[in-house]
Amino acid sequence: MDALDFFPEAASTQATSTDFILFVLIGFTGIVVLSVLSLLVIFSIRFRRHSAVRRDDPPEWMKRDLEIGWSSAGLFLALFLAWWTSATELSALIAPKNALEIHVVAKQWMWKVQHQNGAREINVLHVPVDEPVRLIMTSQDVIHSFFVPEFRMKQDVLPGRDTRTWFQATKTGTFHLFCTQLCGTEHARMTGEVVVMSGPDFAHWLTSQPVSDDLTREGEALFRSLGCSGCHDAASRVQAPALAGFFGSEVRLANGTSVTGSDELLRDIVLHPREHSVAGYPSVMPSYAGIVGDEELLRISRYIHSLSPSPEGKQP
Amino acid sequence: MSGATILVRPLTPVPESGNYLTAGRTIWSWLTSTDHKRIAILYAISITVFFFIGAAAIAVIRFELLTPTGQYISDDTYNKLFTLHGVVMVWFFLIPSIPNTFGNFLLPLMIGAPDVAFPRLNLFSWYLNIAGGLFTLYAVIAGGVDTGWTFYTPFSTMFSNSHVLAAAAGVFVAGFSSIATGVNFIATIHMLRTEGMSWMRLPLFVWSLYATSLVLILATPVLAVTLLLIVAERWLGLPIFDPAHGGDPLLFQHLFWFYSHPAVYIMILPAMGVVTEVITCFARRRVFGYDFMVYALVAIAGIGFFVWGHHMFVSGQSPYASLVFSFLSFVVAVPSAIKVFNWTATLYRGSISFEAPMLYALGFIGLFTIGGSTGLFLASIPVDIQVHDTYFVIAHFHYIMVGGSVSAFFAALHYWWPKITGKLYDEAWARFAAILMFFGFNFTFFPQFVLGYLGNPRRYHVYPPQFQVFHVMSSTGASVLAAAYLLPPIYLIWSMRWGRAAGDNPWGATGLEWRTSSPPPLHNFLNPPKVEQQPYAYHPEGRGPVPGSRTPYRTQDQPS
Repeated sequence: MDALDFFPEAASTQATSTDFILFVLIGFTGIVVLSVLSLLVIFSIRFRRHSAVRRDDPPEWMKRDLEIGWSSAGLFLALFLAWWTSATELSALIAPKNALEIHVVAKQWMWKVQHQNGAREINVLHVPVDEPVRLIMTSQDVIHSFFVPEFRMKQDVLPGRDTRTWFQATKTGTFHLFCTQLCGTEHARMTGEVVVMSGPDFAHWLTSQPVSDDLTREGEALFRSLGCSGCHDAASRVQAPALAGFFGSEVRLANGTSVTGSDELLRDIVLHPREHSVAGYPSVMPSYAGIVGDEELLRISRYIHSLSPSPEGKQP
Repeated sequence: MSGATILVRPLTPVPESGNYLTAGRTIWSWLTSTDHKRIAILYAISITVFFFIGAAAIAVIRFELLTPTGQYISDDTYNKLFTLHGVVMVWFFLIPSIPNTFGNFLLPLMIGAPDVAFPRLNLFSWYLNIAGGLFTLYAVIAGGVDTGWTFYTPFSTMFSNSHVLAAAAGVFVAGFSSIATGVNFIATIHMLRTEGMSWMRLPLFVWSLYATSLVLILATPVLAVTLLLIVAERWLGLPIFDPAHGGDPLLFQHLFWFYSHPAVYIMILPAMGVVTEVITCFARRRVFGYDFMVYALVAIAGIGFFVWGHHMFVSGQSPYASLVFSFLSFVVAVPSAIKVFNWTATLYRGSISFEAPMLYALGFIGLFTIGGSTGLFLASIPVDIQVHDTYFVIAHFHYIMVGGSVSAFFAALHYWWPKITGKLYDEAWARFAAILMFFGFNFTFFPQFVLGYLGNPRRYHVYPPQFQVFHVMSSTGASVLAAAYLLPPIYLIWSMRWGRAAGDNPWGATGLEWRTSSPPPLHNFLNPPKVEQQPYAYHPEGRGPVPGSRTPYRTQDQPS
């Protein structure tokens, strides 16, 4: 590194807005901190013990007005900053509909990435520039955290559930990927890089990867090998809920609640079928806890998505 | 002290023999003493030992971080050292630091009581603290703990191969010590205030101990429960946080931070109390806005219970919950800001002198203001996403806990040392140490703000080479800071043998603790004092202090 960096490069849309908030906060707090520090110095010098200056009490009303004044000024400043930063956060909460979906699985101590077409990589994530990318992440063991400083983006990755985040890179290049949640011995070595490429380069890169199989087809194979198809296949004669159109649909459970079909519900049903028995069907499905892992669930989910009427499959 | 004319006779002309230090000279007499002053000394000794253990751990880490590649210690050793540093510094130094030493020593003296409400419980709490500390030291000697002081699940319960149970047991036991102290202080303040000591006449250090005790009592049981759940999952295999069996790892974080965020206020509220006492005494000025100072203390303690979710913005908790926690975290900054403004305003038209306690207190205000302001960055979700679990957070909380609490600890140590030992330390050395500590601290931690926004994660044994320059700055500063911490033990111990006699009230202060002899007799006051007025009558009402002089002032037991 030649030049000394005091500030990280801003390489995503989020980075620009986060930096703006940072600068405004530095501005506001800078004014407060500098005023306090300069008053400390000025008072310390002016009212040092042996200086001959006026020292009688300021009037009572002045004390009260000052006290009320800075209390309410502080409160209004706090309320304004809370509202303003929250508004920025809210507007960036939901990933755009057309975001490119990439799956990330974390484990001690590596990042495993799988693209839509089945291309896999380890500790590297290739993405196209100027295109929203949505990460769907899960962990196979402890909590990890996916952090790309140049994108001002960080999201914990938990076992037993999916967490999502999204970003839109604005610069091509190679950026740091860090794990920021203490995850064991090699926590500091659970790093990688994010490679941002131009659209055509990315498309070329993606198609030139050796693809084992695509996620949907792997999911279908699992659907059969695990025995799901015995009951849930459209052609099966066993009485079990059909899965076409599962995602986004209203599912009524035997316990009377009504839930929406989602990856989370799928996971709950596969791992704890008795607690999530669907109304109107016998509660006979065995639990797959300990048999089906997170990566298998991802593939089965892709397969069930592919059963939906629309060609793309509805997104949960 | 030059210019210190004592206008009033001490209430308690103590016989030449007989103060709490000479009341018994065997070690056994110390280990079985129920005198709050002796228990305070016991705590002071034990937390000093723990402080230097925690400091040694971080010294190795700062040395290792001089280079980006791990050279001298293994990854596991690194993880165990920062865990040791965190666990020891939080639970065995910071939390007991000011309340259990200065709080114990001064609370009864300041309210004119002969002792705390439950003297034997007080001694028991020290033994609990030591028992907890020994468990923790056992965990270290047996091989260490590598989960960080935060014990995040499922790592701590299912994956870590280190001595999590012993460490958790240690913290669990020490927690009861905290609770006992909290109960004791609250009972003491309610029951044992001397005649005339109404609530709004309490010195602000006493108010800060009251607010701290409320937090200790309400938050610590949650920590105890959380640690028991860890034991249940790790030892007994009950799936509480394990998602494969229907548990929830985030549940742990909610429970942990429900304790650990208020715990930050356990560390800073007493520090605020100390600084108020010192600023007003050395500025010879009544505290600006006494009642606002009280309300601010109570508000911090109260709102502090509802901001824990700001530790979890990237954890996967509901984004809407994050918005609420963000809002409340901005709000909790307001009472702290009010206190900073009031301290600053107390200097206005004062008659300020710069003895060592005052230098530490002024340093506190500066460092706490920076630490508190950077808290706003962490309250704002988009910025927190960037700096969460990076060196920015490390810098932020060290500004509060080390720049703030530890500076205040040293302010208290120098302010009340003459009362505790009856001796004066060497003022020049003390001022030198205070200034060295201030600059060493900033040198160590300010670069870490930059490092954090650049993206260097915390708890990293190795790091990309472009961060090295900041780590070198930080480690250099840390060696200055270490030198500054080693000075006070030397000149203070020196003063016990060779220091000049302090007299009862060397600073011309107004609190009741200065109205008994130095060191105080066994039961503090021969006759219970009667309080006549507000604390901090450093100058006649309406007229300001006289230039060049500490007088006239009125202690609390004198009519105004």
